[in-house]
Amino acid sequence: MARITMREAISQALMEEMDRDPSVFIMGQEVGVWGGTYAVTKGFYDKYGPERVKDTPIAENAILGGAIGAAMVGQRPVAELMTINFAFSAMDYVVNQAPKLRYMFGGQFDVPLVIRAVGGGGRQLGATHSQTPDAVFAHFPGLVVVSPGTPADAKGLLKSAIRSNDPVLFIEHATMYQVRGEVPEGEYLEPIGKSKIQRPGKDVTIVTYCKGLELSMKAADELAKQGIEVEIVDLRTLRPLDMGPVLESFKKTNRAVVVEEGWKSYGVGAEIVSRIYEEAFDYVDAPILRVAQKEVPLPYNRALEQAALPQVPDIVAAVKEVLK
Amino acid sequence: MDKEKLLQMYYEMVLIRRVEERGAELYQAGKIGGFMHLYIGQEAVSTGLIAAREPRDRVITAYRDHGVALNCGISANEVMAELLGKITGMSRGKGGSMHMASVEKNMWGGHAIVGGHLPIAAGLALGDQYAGNDNITICMFGDGATNIGYFHEALNLAKTWNLRVLWVCENNQYGMGTAVERASAVDEIRQKAEGYGMKNARVDGMDVMKVYEASQEAMKYIRETGHPYLLEAVTYRFRGHSMGDPERYRQQEEVKKWQENDPIGIFRAYLLKKKVATEAELDALDEKAQAETDKAVEFAEASPEPGMEELFKDIYADFEVR
Repeated sequence: MARITMREAISQALMEEMDRDPSVFIMGQEVGVWGGTYAVTKGFYDKYGPERVKDTPIAENAILGGAIGAAMVGQRPVAELMTINFAFSAMDYVVNQAPKLRYMFGGQFDVPLVIRAVGGGGRQLGATHSQTPDAVFAHFPGLVVVSPGTPADAKGLLKSAIRSNDPVLFIEHATMYQVRGEVPEGEYLEPIGKSKIQRPGKDVTIVTYCKGLELSMKAADELAKQGIEVEIVDLRTLRPLDMGPVLESFKKTNRAVVVEEGWKSYGVGAEIVSRIYEEAFDYVDAPILRVAQKEVPLPYNRALEQAALPQVPDIVAAVKEVLK
Repeated sequence: MDKEKLLQMYYEMVLIRRVEERGAELYQAGKIGGFMHLYIGQEAVSTGLIAAREPRDRVITAYRDHGVALNCGISANEVMAELLGKITGMSRGKGGSMHMASVEKNMWGGHAIVGGHLPIAAGLALGDQYAGNDNITICMFGDGATNIGYFHEALNLAKTWNLRVLWVCENNQYGMGTAVERASAVDEIRQKAEGYGMKNARVDGMDVMKVYEASQEAMKYIRETGHPYLLEAVTYRFRGHSMGDPERYRQQEEVKKWQENDPIGIFRAYLLKKKVATEAELDALDEKAQAETDKAVEFAEASPEPGMEELFKDIYADFEVR
């Protein structure tokens, strides 16, 4: 198995699916000649040409509306949003069109669309370009929301997303493209809608995904040195949500911390904690805590930005707190 | 055009009128819920336009969609059943008045967000361009939709990529209750296509023959050049914007003046004058449309409601939700 970066894993998934299925094409801002603003589609334009790697105007409604239409008539477009923050410019398509078309017309339409979007803070891009609004999108039935935390999952889940007949919002993290990991070569699929134990342990359950996984793994290493064994459940898919491994782990540890990069209020953590209370109340030994972003628009200044984002010591402290 | 086709067009126009008149009654009786927007007065636009398409050409429209659905060949039974929210509606009672579609009839909806279906129309054409065929996507929308960003993003993309879309603006003079000149920088909507270097034309939307000829010409151009085209049809809705419209924004004299210009009356006079059909033949078609409508109401009222299992059905293709 090769050890490659998240960027290479995503790129590999796209290329393999394009080679496998001629109905797959890419469209978005600077995906072609430029090679992708995060260089994910570098070399694609030369390999596949302008018909399959389409540079679009800076017009999110045209990009997503166009991709939805093409998907409705049987193509499998992968539409790239330069950042997830630009999804707000075309919110209608993400939450009000793609997820509704199948249901509203009595099952007549499939929308086999993938929207790749880069999210997350930590790159000093200021308040409008740094958000982690995953929970907003996960609120809507009909949309599939996937956000991988390892290169292997990025590859396996993106390949599954492209083959899915449902609209999938695939959220990548701007600071994780250089993260390396073991990734199986060639055909490798991970199931959408399945959470996964990324690290076994017995003392506390950490529920997280995407950037939160990277931070939680580091926190787990630190805690292990202090004799605390955390079990990390990676959600990977926010909708449809798989609570199976979360509840199984919680019933063993009876204590949990939820780690997410988005804001705490009305967030992913709020959902997970509620579900645990609803479905495993008898197993609760301590209040479940959430580690999340401070309730501020992300500032530009590096120190301020880092202070607003969840950090490894915050996770370590929360785990110790639930063990008290 | 042969007699059979002309009489079919006449029949469809009368059928739309009858179905919607009954729809209005059923709405007043509380049997139809939600929003309902009647096409009455505008029948010539959709009828002339869709008569000019080939079956492989796709149609997509806004929420004033009952007439378009009937022109595309969706049965009056299904239209009426959908209005009544029954399982026998083409959208299984889950779409309602504003969401009528049929993949089989190449009718891609019935879309209720003003302008929202325009980029999707560009996308349908993009799918066809990618597949390498020369199908045309016919996208209908009101004058109001030309003031929103979607319109401009969609037209720009269509011309930049040369997508085979026939954009058809049904200029019925008002976006809800706001007159065109109070909401649009230009009164002639077709002018907006000029900014995108797109060929365009304006046609009398009350005359089905003129609409048919203009549509044919537009489609010939699109098929030959591969470029999009914008056709503005000037028309008028005889009823309110939706069923709950107090109509404070226009004078009854204005409505009356347009009603004298009834598209069905104009076409009937044309067919008689050109000796295509006799009064008796046209009367027989009127009766046939009435009978078809009565049958549709009976069918819809007798049809079952969707079962509760429909609630969680068709949210996803690949995932089950409970």
